[in-house]
Amino acid sequence: MPGLEDLYREIILDHYRSPRNRGELPTPPAHKSEGFNPLCGDEVVLYLVVEGDKVVDVKIGGQGCSISQASTSMMSAAVKGKTLAEARQLISAFKALMSIHESKLEGESDGADLQAELDGVALGDLEALQGVVKFPVRIKCATLAWNTLQQGLDEVSVPS
Amino acid sequence: MSLDVAKIKLDFPILERKVHDKRLVYLDSASSSEKPTAVLDAMDHLYRTSYANVHRGVYTIADESTQAYEAARAKVARFIKARQTEEIVFVRNATEAINLVAYTWGRTNLHEGDVVVLSEMEHHANIVPWLMLAEERGIVLRWIPLTADFRLDLTSIGELLRGAKLLAITAMSNVLGTINDIGPLARAAHAAGALVLVDASQAAPHLSIDVQDWDADFVAITAHKMLGPSGIGALWARRELLEAMPPFLGGGEMIRDVRKDGFTTNDVPWKFEAGTPAIAEAIGFGAAVEYLEALGMDDVRSHEVELTRYTLDALDDRLGEKITIYGPRDVAVRGGAISFLFEGIHAHDISQVLDEDAVCVRAGHHCAKPLMRVLGVPATTRASFYVYNDQADADALVEALAKAEKFFAP
Repeated sequence: MPGLEDLYREIILDHYRSPRNRGELPTPPAHKSEGFNPLCGDEVVLYLVVEGDKVVDVKIGGQGCSISQASTSMMSAAVKGKTLAEARQLISAFKALMSIHESKLEGESDGADLQAELDGVALGDLEALQGVVKFPVRIKCATLAWNTLQQGLDEVSVPS
Repeated sequence: MSLDVAKIKLDFPILERKVHDKRLVYLDSASSSEKPTAVLDAMDHLYRTSYANVHRGVYTIADESTQAYEAARAKVARFIKARQTEEIVFVRNATEAINLVAYTWGRTNLHEGDVVVLSEMEHHANIVPWLMLAEERGIVLRWIPLTADFRLDLTSIGELLRGAKLLAITAMSNVLGTINDIGPLARAAHAAGALVLVDASQAAPHLSIDVQDWDADFVAITAHKMLGPSGIGALWARRELLEAMPPFLGGGEMIRDVRKDGFTTNDVPWKFEAGTPAIAEAIGFGAAVEYLEALGMDDVRSHEVELTRYTLDALDDRLGEKITIYGPRDVAVRGGAISFLFEGIHAHDISQVLDEDAVCVRAGHHCAKPLMRVLGVPATTRASFYVYNDQADADALVEALAKAEKFFAP
């Protein structure tokens, strides 16, 4: 049986208690995107400043459980300074960490595709969130920030 | 306590199981209750001995099934003091009961600009059907606000009801636990020319209810919160209303005659029961209300008052500074649903840590988002009691919460 320590690793609680990059940014130049989990009321607000192909600044806001807010904090730290391509790679790697098979039907994968997504991507603190996989109900808490990031990147990538 | 809870616990097989090697402490009955052996046996017995479709076959077991199904209707009618058994329409749940009223009575009687009065403590089931009519045909919704102690603020009730066609209101809040005094409200609504729909999903399991005393026109109840199975509930309505309402779903059973160019409807309540109904579930529902009657609804209520008082006091003593309770403190005007915010710990994290100790509580918005917005909270934790809960369960809750506090302490 997975224990609470698997879910609530110290680094997660640290990000929850002291979220990184919390705040707001003027829009424009920042782009604001919001993610909601209507089932539990978790909310993620994300400000992205993209210059050229680089995420030069990130601020986060919102409210929710420790997993959703810690994941948001970790995400903000992870994508700041990354190129758009690197940020997208992080999204894929994080979803692979959550055992989310993007391109295959359930049960079809042998895990090799997930490993491929993870290879060569430095997840750092984010790996602490892997324990969430043992608590399937909470996976959506961890992925909310990343879905919001994906949405934000898609929106800033659309030529205006 | 007025109920012999130790004995009652033995009637609920699920309470024997362990979760994470711990005794199951089920504190989510406001969401859905557990089921006693009497209910399980009634359903099992039907399937093993008499099961056939109802109202169709001439053969012996078809007749037995029909008799048992209709007997269940009579039991439910008696439980809520309906004058006539035919005033009980079996539906899937309270949500369907309210939707049935919105679709049939509502679409016949509500037009652009007509007013429906709700309260801010309604469950989505008693909000969204009316919002749908607002979108579809421009009916207007008015909301009874709340007081600082989480009760209905009736200071402007006369104004709110003026010209209204319907008052649709809960008898007990699933979030706050607040019990609303339906009788005076219904009389005020009738005086203003409005009909009254009561969402009794939470009240029926916990209070002795009397639809005549309430002076209601429509009452929605659901079996799964009152020891019965899921998939069955009831709409009670005054017979003349049911007779005047157009049918809801079309199909078998609800008709008297069908020709290529039209149909005539069956008598009430069957006019509203198209298709093969949830037969075993209805019979389980009947067994559930019999079980509750045997306990005695007055004793069910006094047990809950005592347990709620005990728990509120225990929460205050142990965690008073950490916990904000959303609901009246006066146990005389509230049921056993206790919603709270734990300082610095999100409801989902609370619920997760409590699960370690097999303590089952609900976390979230409880299908009452407009209320959560009024309260200014995104989510609460809710513990709720029923006949099989005792002080040991309340103690387990408090202990587990103290553990959660320790776990998340900076």
